[in-house]
Amino acid sequence: MMPADIAPLVKSARDCLDAHVYETVQWHFHASTGCPFWLEKSGELKFDPLKEVKTFDDLKKFPEFQDEWLRGGPVRRWVPKALADKPIYVFETGGTTGIPKSRIAMDDFRTDYSLFSESLPEKYFPKGANWLMLGPSGPRRLRLAVEHLAQHRGGICFCIDLDPRWVIKLIKKGWMEHLEAYKQHCVEQAITILRAGHDIKCMFTTPKLLEALALELEKQGSSIPKEGITGIFSGGTEFTPQWTRFAVEEFLGGPPEESGVYMTPTYGNTLMGLAASKPVTAADGYKISYYAPQPRAVVEVVEFSDYNQVVGYGKTGRVKLTTLTQEFFVPGSLERDEGERELPFEKYPWDGVSGVRPFHELAEATTVGVY
Amino acid sequence: MLNIPVLRWGKPYDSLEKDQVVHFLTGEPIAAVSQANGALLQRDMSKAKNARKALLDFKPHELIERVKKAADLYLNATLPMGNGTQSPEEFARQQSATTGLPEHMAKANMHKNHFVLTHMDQMLDALTRGLPLDILSRGFGVESRGVVVSYQCQSPAIGVVLPSNSPGVHTLWLPVIPMQVGLVLKPGPQEPWTPYRMTAAFTQAGIPAEAMAIYPGGADAGAAVLAACDRSMIFGGTATVERYKGNPKVSVHGPGFSKILLGDDVVDDWEKYLDIMVESVFINSGRGCINCSGIWASRHTSEIAQAIADRIGPVEPKPPEDPAAALAAFTVPGQAKGVWQNIEADLRESGIQHVTEKYGPRLVEMQRCAYLRPTVIHCDHPAVAAAKKEFMFPFVAVVKCPQGKMLESIGYTLVGTAITNHPLWQRELIDATNIDRLNIGPIPTTKLDWLQPHEGSIIEFLFRARAFQVPSEKITELATG
Repeated sequence: MMPADIAPLVKSARDCLDAHVYETVQWHFHASTGCPFWLEKSGELKFDPLKEVKTFDDLKKFPEFQDEWLRGGPVRRWVPKALADKPIYVFETGGTTGIPKSRIAMDDFRTDYSLFSESLPEKYFPKGANWLMLGPSGPRRLRLAVEHLAQHRGGICFCIDLDPRWVIKLIKKGWMEHLEAYKQHCVEQAITILRAGHDIKCMFTTPKLLEALALELEKQGSSIPKEGITGIFSGGTEFTPQWTRFAVEEFLGGPPEESGVYMTPTYGNTLMGLAASKPVTAADGYKISYYAPQPRAVVEVVEFSDYNQVVGYGKTGRVKLTTLTQEFFVPGSLERDEGERELPFEKYPWDGVSGVRPFHELAEATTVGVY
Repeated sequence: MLNIPVLRWGKPYDSLEKDQVVHFLTGEPIAAVSQANGALLQRDMSKAKNARKALLDFKPHELIERVKKAADLYLNATLPMGNGTQSPEEFARQQSATTGLPEHMAKANMHKNHFVLTHMDQMLDALTRGLPLDILSRGFGVESRGVVVSYQCQSPAIGVVLPSNSPGVHTLWLPVIPMQVGLVLKPGPQEPWTPYRMTAAFTQAGIPAEAMAIYPGGADAGAAVLAACDRSMIFGGTATVERYKGNPKVSVHGPGFSKILLGDDVVDDWEKYLDIMVESVFINSGRGCINCSGIWASRHTSEIAQAIADRIGPVEPKPPEDPAAALAAFTVPGQAKGVWQNIEADLRESGIQHVTEKYGPRLVEMQRCAYLRPTVIHCDHPAVAAAKKEFMFPFVAVVKCPQGKMLESIGYTLVGTAITNHPLWQRELIDATNIDRLNIGPIPTTKLDWLQPHEGSIIEFLFRARAFQVPSEKITELATG
């Protein structure tokens, strides 16, 4: 049951989302501002988005978004006319085999991470602190996004090279020794930077790399806290309560108030943006719930049999993401994940998702690497 | 329902992630087993030295005595199991309920483990080829012939990634504790029972709890065992064997592809050997790697296949508590169907006959599990794919092949029973490197001689023989030290 006292907040957030949906659809489907892809697609639709999409629920009129539409060029077909003169980035996801999915971006990655910055507690992510980005680099948006986050908070970001496509290939080939060696190579780069006198206090990393870094530091008689890290923003692969508990209790030295180290899990992708987590506590069984940066993006947990129907609170379903920015519009894309629908709360008065894990029907074919 | 924790060097750890183990027929929950994440295991391995240190506080013969005491506790006592207790009867029932093995087979496995534990001194004498155990313990010593020898322990603990379907394999790691090497066990999801019960018996018998760790978990935990232990043992299929073949840190135990070869000099009397052929294929529901999956002969193969089919083809599934139950259930959904589809595809190849067909369908699907009834096929020549297959139920391919071509055609064979009196062929069989354990004569492939190395020598795996020199005047001191 939703607490009655947050009902007005939920209503207000929903009104805001509906208004934002209307504006976004007007933008992407208007001949003067829209992108070639959606303008062309509108001719195939059985409804007029400009007239018939007024609320978030109206997005259900769109057919299921096909990931394949994002594979291959010309990528400019995704650039809204109104933004065509801006410097354009392209970020990729996937691509271990075949053509990766591409997403164009101008400022979205900066906006997403500037907004996310507000969720980071100053005590553990002090303004002006330098950062270490120990995660996927190359054509992924993470490197630039985390770098922006550091800069936005007044710090400088140090990065290491990591190609997750090579990692996935190593796993698929069963070259586990090479995988270990590559992981070690990345961790060695990280430790070198951490010990080079750059006063790094904050870090982005993936759970697997955090494990590898912490184990290596322990082998050397050190630890994450001893290296001066106070804030960790982590994501990229599945977070479980047990893993989080283990990391907090044994790698970080206890809850933030005891260890002085705060770790926040995140969930997201190149297409959607970044969902922040509700603070994770031992008292709550290390439950991890994510909330999208509404109204720019929306996370829904939908029925396995009907992707237009959300499940009841606490029930399990597939994760569906909607992206609603001026740069990019995706009216509901099915993630390769499932989870439980979570209630809104004061800070994020809209639905969240917990227990995120690979979608059971796809799980067997999914290779989870370091990213 | 039992709540079974991870055991981190003897200390229970209640994980937030639990795997519910259920009865294969009724779905009734039997235990919630805490799951370890890989990094937790890897982190704990920094303490592996303490396991060996704790065991080195005892003399090997003291540990052997404690192991013998543990044998009786394991077989007869009510022991702690997670947040509850477990009697021997409950053990057999629970193991049967989760693995699909009939209860009387679970009990038989208890006796097998008990035998190994109670004969540990002889077992170690056999495995070490008579080397005094204090030489392994001290790392060096003087043999009876007056020569200084040294053996260096290669890992303070051995990791063992265990299977779900074959409780018999536990005998392979039991000699580790008296060799003063710690144990890191990753149980198969459906068979947590033996590792926990054995550890409880060891602990009650006075073996230090900090010498043993149990990490139930997913593939992540299995991979962590192999990554973190300098010596480990893994059980798996052909893909697992291929993956770790040649890795000196891993002793890999795959499908056995065990076979019976009938020599030209005896094959006309094949009926004399029918009992050992049937026993080799059928005992323990055909689940073991030492069960026979191929019978090779140059003639009479159709009659041999028919005779075996007549004996085991009519066997039907029975409830697990039935003392006459001879077949183990497949408890993983879809597994039995997948196996049968594989066999059906093979049967479409020319030169293959399904000899048990007349005894009715082989695949018996039930609400929550499935059975495969014993299956005999006949192969006209060794080149057909099914001639070298092995499955987790009584399945045998009777293959027609000239004797002179047999050794090059059979492929890898864990246990080869060659029935022949022909000296030249016996010599070739002894020299054949694709046969591991060799029986010459009518000995079932499933018969074990515990006083011989089984599936490689665990001593050679855990200890490296090396040169070790000391001034000659110190030899006496060493000899008495």
